[in-house]
Amino acid sequence: MDRELMTTTDTYVPQIGDTRTNGNGTLTTQASIRQADLALDALESEGIHIFREVAGEFDRPVILFSGGKDSTLLLHLAIKAFWPAPVPFALLHVDTGHNFDEVIEFRDRVVEEHGLRLIVAKVQDWIDDGRLTERPDGIRNPLQTVPLLDTITEHKFDAVFGGGRRDEERARAKERIFSLRNAFGQWEPRRQRPELWNLYNGRHKPGEHVRVFPLSNWTEADVWNYIAREKIELPSIYYAHERDVYHRDGMWLTEGPWGGPREDEEVLHKTVRYRTVGDGSCTGAVESTASTVEEVIAEVMASRLTERGATRADDRLSEAAMEDRKREGYF
Amino acid sequence: MSSLLRLATAGSVDDGKSTLVGRLLYDTKSVLADQLDAVTRASVDRGLSTPDLSLLVDGLRSEREQGITIDVAYRYFATPKRSFVLADTPGHVQYTRNTVTGASTAQLAVLLVDARNGVVEQTRRHAAVLALLGVPELVLAVNKIDLVDYDEATFEVIAKEFTDHAVSLGYPLGSVLSIPVSALVGDNVVTRSENTPWYTGPSLLHHLETVPAAPDPHEAPFRFPVQYVIRPRTPEHPDYRGYAGQVASGTVRPGDEVVVLPGGSRTTVERIDTADGSLEEAGSGSSVTVVLADDVDIARGDLIATATNPPRLTDEIEAALCWLATTPLKPGARVLLKHGAKTVQAFVETISARLDEQQLSAVDNPDTLELNDIGRVSIRTAEPLAVDDYGNSHRNGAFLVIDPPSGDTLAAGLIGAPLPAL
Repeated sequence: MDRELMTTTDTYVPQIGDTRTNGNGTLTTQASIRQADLALDALESEGIHIFREVAGEFDRPVILFSGGKDSTLLLHLAIKAFWPAPVPFALLHVDTGHNFDEVIEFRDRVVEEHGLRLIVAKVQDWIDDGRLTERPDGIRNPLQTVPLLDTITEHKFDAVFGGGRRDEERARAKERIFSLRNAFGQWEPRRQRPELWNLYNGRHKPGEHVRVFPLSNWTEADVWNYIAREKIELPSIYYAHERDVYHRDGMWLTEGPWGGPREDEEVLHKTVRYRTVGDGSCTGAVESTASTVEEVIAEVMASRLTERGATRADDRLSEAAMEDRKREGYF
Repeated sequence: MSSLLRLATAGSVDDGKSTLVGRLLYDTKSVLADQLDAVTRASVDRGLSTPDLSLLVDGLRSEREQGITIDVAYRYFATPKRSFVLADTPGHVQYTRNTVTGASTAQLAVLLVDARNGVVEQTRRHAAVLALLGVPELVLAVNKIDLVDYDEATFEVIAKEFTDHAVSLGYPLGSVLSIPVSALVGDNVVTRSENTPWYTGPSLLHHLETVPAAPDPHEAPFRFPVQYVIRPRTPEHPDYRGYAGQVASGTVRPGDEVVVLPGGSRTTVERIDTADGSLEEAGSGSSVTVVLADDVDIARGDLIATATNPPRLTDEIEAALCWLATTPLKPGARVLLKHGAKTVQAFVETISARLDEQQLSAVDNPDTLELNDIGRVSIRTAEPLAVDDYGNSHRNGAFLVIDPPSGDTLAAGLIGAPLPAL
């Protein structure tokens, strides 16, 4: 194998070039490319080790898979960890109903190619039967928590892999790789277990579960460099494309089932791409002409904004928005 | 030279550690505009005239409310020479627990002192814990050097006192470096400062970029805890049987003679598989799948080791314990012990010594080990374990002590490690 496992011949696969850039946007030498490669090797080995520990110690693990870049990388590591055997876990997607068509199409194609089992928990179902109420602002990301916890309980999942990274956000910087959640799915930052060497403690009581974050030590730059190195296919909207967008809260939003521009918001035709892929109601695009993975890497390195800061309205709800959501059982 | 350096920072209250970490992130351009905007806004809200860089690091609600760091935080930055994973450990609450958590995988530790106060009791204790964990490189950042008017004599006194202490803990002179810094204004953090012309050493970042980074004690013997048995039973691979794990120490090549413990079978390595193809060699830290020449019964928790220098097989362990739980340890405790990929029942027979943190001397036969205590214990395990002394193989000499009913992690264990007493 089988880097081919994650790629197909009939779709666009970005190719890595000879040059990369450092944090200052200048070209680096072959030697520092080699350095970066060794660092990626270390992160890959750490992630594979984590997958195998969970397979060895838990009864019913599941991988959260949205079709976004982090969960696609997560699945790539899982495939490598168990090769040549199939991945011994199911996938779970909490679908807000506000997803981009390109991402859902990609999600379903990856699942079929690898013969995986996908469970979809639809936020809309919870709204329809009254277990959830639509927020006034229409943002559905915070609504994912209840369907997630209900599905974990229903399927008795005891380990839930997520693509969260510690560099994403200050509260995540404090989370363990094995993060114990109580029967209500809550994260309690004051009661975290110490995590020592590479000895992960996954013990939990009935009803509790453990969230597992194999990408904890990766940065956004690591993720993109690895995607380039491994030639991992992503949904097309991560690369530059033309789209009708309107400006709100410093982001370029697009019209969709989640709503559209207000009367005072002008619709413009722009060349954009997405740095994160989430609920359409709160995920913004950035203006970009980066159409290959190496152009994306150059852009990410030169960017003066974090990916969540640039493109996620749900993190702007308060100074500790992520911590508050995690305490409630969010990813 | 490894390109990924794992480091930990430790210091006492108000030594300016969060500010130093904030400075490293800021000066290596690892802080982006929106993060800085948020810090600037929060600083203005608190009535400060300049951005408080510690707010980049202290992320939890209660930390920001109390102005302190509560839990270990992980930070990431990179230069063209290296990538860094930094564990920022708080100094004041539960310092042993946090230092052990942050430093267990560290290849280097940065200790901070305030130049006005010099080496304090906690600096000595931190250094003792780092010595116990076998963190190979120490840096003393003598912070707030601007507040002593960049005085060379003040720095030299502090540097000598710390170096003497580190050497008495077993550090070779070449593994200890003291640097005069001001995290607030940036002296000697990323570039050498004109304010300290008498200092001829490297800046902190330059040292971090160039220090040799050994992942494990040199030339440790091959150890491979089996995490998972890979048996696809698919039409393409009907008979494949591989043993998946991460090399804990040493190196392995096809043809190497190995022993499987605790069973004791001997065989040779046929192949080292990865999803990207077979390897000629796999070293410490690599996650691979080992295929053996003979059909040997192997399960998760077994250890594959070099046959020429195997670990000892024992159900009696002498170890140093860092006690991390609020419930004290008493002799006779029944616990679980996780070593490599194996978890066994265990019984703490005796507590033979406890480290007196003030004197750094051993107290014999204490009644208990309390939260943040370091002690020496004898443990009997229900099944034999294939172990090395921590000093010879960190990954095969380390274990967790787990509370059976709650599943909580109670202690970090280091097999055969002497207490860092002076």
